[in-house]
Parts: sequence; C-alpha cells; structure tokens
Amino acid sequence: MADLSVEFLGVKFENPLVLASGILGITGDGMARVIEHGAGGVTTKSLWAKEHKGHPNPTMMGNEHWFINAVGIPDAGPEKAAEELARYRAKTDAPMIFNIVGGMMEGFGEIAEKVAGMGPKIVELNISCPNVKDEFGKPMACSISKSAEVTRLVRSKLDEGGAADAKLVVKLSPNVENIVTIADSVIEAGADGICAINTLGPGMVIDIETAQPVLHNKFGGISGHMLKLLSVALVYQIRAKHKDLPIIGTGGISTGRDAIEMMMAGASLIGMGTAVHFRGPEVFGKVAKEMNDWCDENGVEKITDIIGKVHANT
Amino acid sequence: MQILNRVPKSVKIKEIIVENDMVKTFVVDFSLGARPGQFVMLWIPRLDEKPISVAMDNGSEMHFTVAAVGPFSNAMHELSVGDFVGVRGPFGTEFECDEGAHIALLAGGYGAAPLYFFAHEAVKKGAKVEFIVGARSADLVLYEERISALDCATVHVSTDDGSKGHHGYNTQVLQELLDAGGIEAVYAVGPEIMMLKGAEAAEAAGAKAFVSVERYMKCGFGVCGNCVVDGTGDPVCLKGPVMPWEEVKKIEDFGKYHRDEFGKKHNF
Ligand SMILES: Cc1cc2nc3c(=O)[nH]c(=O)nc-3n(C[C@H](O)[C@H](O)[C@H](O)COP(=O)(O)OP(=O)(O)OC[C@H]3O[C@@H](n4cnc5c(N)ncnc54)[C@H](O)[C@@H]3O)c2cc1C
Ligand SMILES: Cc1cc2nc3c(=O)[nH]c(=O)nc-3n(C[C@H](O)[C@H](O)[C@H](O)COP(=O)(O)O)c2cc1C
Repeated sequence: MADLSVEFLGVKFENPLVLASGILGITGDGMARVIEHGAGGVTTKSLWAKEHKGHPNPTMMGNEHWFINAVGIPDAGPEKAAEELARYRAKTDAPMIFNIVGGMMEGFGEIAEKVAGMGPKIVELNISCPNVKDEFGKPMACSISKSAEVTRLVRSKLDEGGAADAKLVVKLSPNVENIVTIADSVIEAGADGICAINTLGPGMVIDIETAQPVLHNKFGGISGHMLKLLSVALVYQIRAKHKDLPIIGTGGISTGRDAIEMMMAGASLIGMGTAVHFRGPEVFGKVAKEMNDWCDENGVEKITDIIGKVHANT
Repeated sequence: MQILNRVPKSVKIKEIIVENDMVKTFVVDFSLGARPGQFVMLWIPRLDEKPISVAMDNGSEMHFTVAAVGPFSNAMHELSVGDFVGVRGPFGTEFECDEGAHIALLAGGYGAAPLYFFAHEAVKKGAKVEFIVGARSADLVLYEERISALDCATVHVSTDDGSKGHHGYNTQVLQELLDAGGIEAVYAVGPEIMMLKGAEAAEAAGAKAFVSVERYMKCGFGVCGNCVVDGTGDPVCLKGPVMPWEEVKKIEDFGKYHRDEFGKKHNF
C-alpha cells in the first residue's frame, strides 16, 4: 500500500483526486457522496454572489471520446451554498475547495467577500469559463492585466472578510497564447497555486438532420480524454517556470496512469470531472486503486515523490 | 456503462395520438432498446431538452406521452407529423417483476404511459396485472383502452370528481386490492404524494413497492448533479428513476421537497 496522501497548501488530502468544479457539486450530500466514492476532496460548483441562471438544455453531451458543455454556471447564491456546506461538513472532514466566479470585476469581489465568511481553507478562482462570454465578454484568464487585477481584488476581499489564512488558487484557461505568462501575472498578484486547466475551445456540435447547433449556447467547452494531451503539457510548462508551485492538474484525467502522468508533469492534486461521464461516480475509488497498484508495482512508497518527476529528465 | 447515446439523434415524428386536451403521444420510427421505466431526453432545437419517459419501445418504434404543462411541453404539442425531435438515451433504471407475479400498477397523470409499457412486458412474463389509473375527471383518464386490450390486465379507473369509476383517490382503490390479498408488488408513477401513499400502503400490506422518482434533470446521465437527492447523495437519473421503496426511504426529500434548475428547494 503506497501512501497516496498529499499536503496541498497546508491542507491534507487522503489522496490527490479531487472532484473538478461543475460536476456533481450542487449539493452538500452529493459532494459527500463523491468522498464516499473515494475522492480525496471536492471542489464546489462555481459560486456566484447572486442567483445566476444557466443556459437552457442541451447543456452537455459526449461519447466515448469527447465531451462538451455549456451549462452557463447556474447557481442559487451564497445562502444556499452555506446551507450545503453545513450538510457536507456534517458528513465528512474531507477538504472542500470553494470555487467562485463573478462575471464582471465587482461580482468577483462580492462573492470573495461572501465566501470569506464561510471559513474556506482553499478558494479556487474561476476566471476561465468559456461559456458565459455572451454575458460578460472574454474570460479574464485571457488577459494578463485583468487576471492580475481580479486576483488582487479577490485576495484583498478574502483578507478583509476574515479569511486571510485562506489560500487562493486561480483556475486558468488553455485558450491563450501563453499560459505561463498568465500564471506569472496571477502569482505576482498573490495567487498561492494554480488550477490548470478549464475547458478548451469553445467547440461546437451540429445536428446534421436538422442543420441546428445542438448545444443551446451553440458553443461549449471541450473536455475529456484528448484534453489530457494539452493539460499535461500546460502543467509541465507552468511547473518548469515555477519550481515548487502547488498545481491542481485538471483536464482529461480518467485512469490511474493518467493521474500519475499528470503528477509527473508537476501537479500535486488531480482534478477529475468528465471522468464521471466515462466511468461513473465511482471513478474516484477506481483511479485511486489504479494509482496505488502502479505505485506498488513500481516501488513508489509515497505518491508525493513523483510530483514533477519528469522535470529531472528534461 | 453505455455512453454511446449521449448525443441527441434527430428523428421524424411518424404519428401523433391525441389522448385528451392536455396529452399527446408522439410515435417515432426509431428504437433505443429502452426498457419500461427508463426515460429519454427529448430535444426541440433552439428551445430546450427535457426528460420524458418511454411509453413504448418495441424494437422498431418508440412512443412518448407528453402532458402540456409549460414552454417545452406546449411546444411539443405544436409539432406535426414529419417534424424532427431529438432523442437520446435510454437513461435510468427499469421496472421488473417475477414470472407469473400478481402486481398492482398505480398511475397518476402521465404515469399511465410508462406503466402501460411495463404492463405490456409484464403480461408476457405471465404476470396478472391490476392497473389503477387515476385522473381528475373521465376525459383525462389515459391509456384505458390499450390497457384493457392486454390479456391478464384489469383496469381500475378512479376520478377525483367521480365522473368515471371510483370517486376519490386511486390510492383508495389500491388499498381495496391490497386488502383483498394476493398482490405481491406495487409499482407507482405519478404525483409524489400519491407514490408515497401507495408505497406505504404496499409496505403495510407486506407487498414490495417500486416508485419512479422524478427530479429536475439536465444531463440525464449522472454528471451535472442537478437531480442528486438528499440523504443518499445519488443522482436519481442513474440510481432511478425506478427505485425499490427501501431505497426511496433513504431519500430525505422524498414526499417533502424537490430542487429547481438552480438547486433551490421547493416543497411539494
Ligand atoms: C424521469 C422523468 C420522466 C418524465 N416523464 C414524463 C412523461 O413521460 N411525460 C410528461 O409529460 N412529462 C414527463 N416528465 C416531466 C417533464 O420532464 C416535465 O413536465 C417537463 O420538463 C416540463 O417542461 P416545460 O418546459 O413544459 O414546463 P415547465 O414550466 O418548465 O415545468 C413544469 C414542471 O415540470 C418540471 N420540470 C421542468 N423541467 C424539468 C426537468 N428538466 N426535469 C424534471 N422536471 C422538470 C418543473 O419542476 C415543473 O414542475 C418526466 C420527468 C422526469 C424527471
Ligand atoms: C459539465 C461541466 C461543468 C463545468 N462547470 C465548471 C464550473 O462551474 N466551474 C469551473 O471552474 N469549471 C467547470 N468545468 C470545467 C471542469 O472543472 C474542468 O476544468 C474541465 O472539464 C477539464 O477537466 P475534465 O476533462 O476532467 O472534465 C465544467 C466542466 C464540465 C464538463
């Protein structure tokens, strides 16, 4: 039995597998169930300062190769979030990462203020959703200056709101020329860690019988197996520049081998979302077992020993 | 796990059966190999996509019985023969019974449609079916003729206003059948309070019970999390909609509240 536990930004995770934001994360009991299925931690769906409506259906679809979604981040607002958090806490001690989103700059400040009061240990700032562009314009993760500005704002609101101890992770977009320069700017602005990556694209699916776009939003973020090729490369590039940076490697991970690969690229935690589509909600326990088996076969006693390992060879 | 049919396929409507003022059945020349109790997502381009039970899948055609209650279902009712509708699935769990069992089906509202599909399959297994259909009034009773045409199925109609059959709740009819003895299992699809009463009556009589738990569903295959119920934390699109009563009792919100598209709670 290998030791799969990871300490990430001062918080202990029993294993590195974390539910990615936006999948099964609507209720406290639903997230606690993901822990029962074997995850080391969970990320909430993106939380807004006020109720926010998502897109009509179809909002997501996929097959054995790919997945695409444009849910549009629906949320009932902070009051419900606090209620669900309490239900989660009553069922498990496993860490919860608070993912927050804002639309315009003020919105990010408002939700940071609200979650500051909920006792978060880790806050994940979603500035990279490609599916609310019609409402709010290009994601802030696509601009060096805006990504820094929003990071600074959220940091200060967390501090003012009594959550100075909370660590801040910024979730980046792959849809940029150079993700490393964005990582540089948010770290400079006060980010403690990075989550890479949000969905790719956006992409599109057309129904050829009716010549209609299938997603109601027309376009949607691409995830799933092939995204791993990109997420591993981007995590590798960020880690190459920022040696000991805590990174949540997310994108296309659905097996133990995928997770090991992502950790070797430089991730300390692994986010998994679309894996639930491929392998069901039990995927977390399955992947943890596959990681453990691989470690046993390869003489790895502590999973943390492999973090960033590929960099020694490159 | 079947993940191939998670992209809508547009198929042409072959026939539309007007059941009553509020309900129409849509027939498509297309099969997903669905079993009774399972559902599909039906899609009208640029409008919405919603969960609808499979009212029949005979291997070559499928039926969907839709009550007009809001924007999507009203738009369904505007469709004509030859129009396209997108279909994906089948999703969820199915109704099953033992060979030769004596069973009671409790239907309220459009629940008669999926239960008819089940009765159709159950009589093939030699089951003796007591089919209880409840409606507000005589003109809203669904599927009565089709059920009567099945061998070994008896229809029991109840209406709230007494315009046909038993005057009152269909659960009262169920109670009489349970009291008469011999019913091994009860299967309920309809308003949640009706299903709750029906399952409790079955349990009290020592019969098994299965109900179809409906919650606000977006994806239909256990990813979005919108239909996750409190207590178990499971999405009912995967663990249900058809669930044995012992499992349903672990759902804290059953018979009490459900959640909307934002995840907000609403009491029944
Ligand atoms: C597993 C399952 C099987 C169903 N089978 C049938 C069926 O065979 N025939 C039928 O007529 N109806 C069925 N329904 C209900 C049907 O999905 C709703 O009536 C329909 O979505 C209403 O949409 P609307 O836009 O017409 O009305 P709205 O005004 O949007 O809603 C009317 C009511 O339907 C509910 N509803 C709306 N959207 C959804 C959703 N995405 N998921 C679940 N409930 C929703 C609302 O809570 C509300 O109570 C089923 C629902 C589920 C979950
Ligand atoms: C259905 C769905 C909803 C998502 N919603 C969110 C969200 O609300 N906030 C967010 O930061 N990321 C969201 N994402 C992105 C995922 O968290 C993740 O970054 C991405 O899907 C890549 O990982 P994966 O291949 O493991 O899914 C969503 C992804 C999917 C598939």
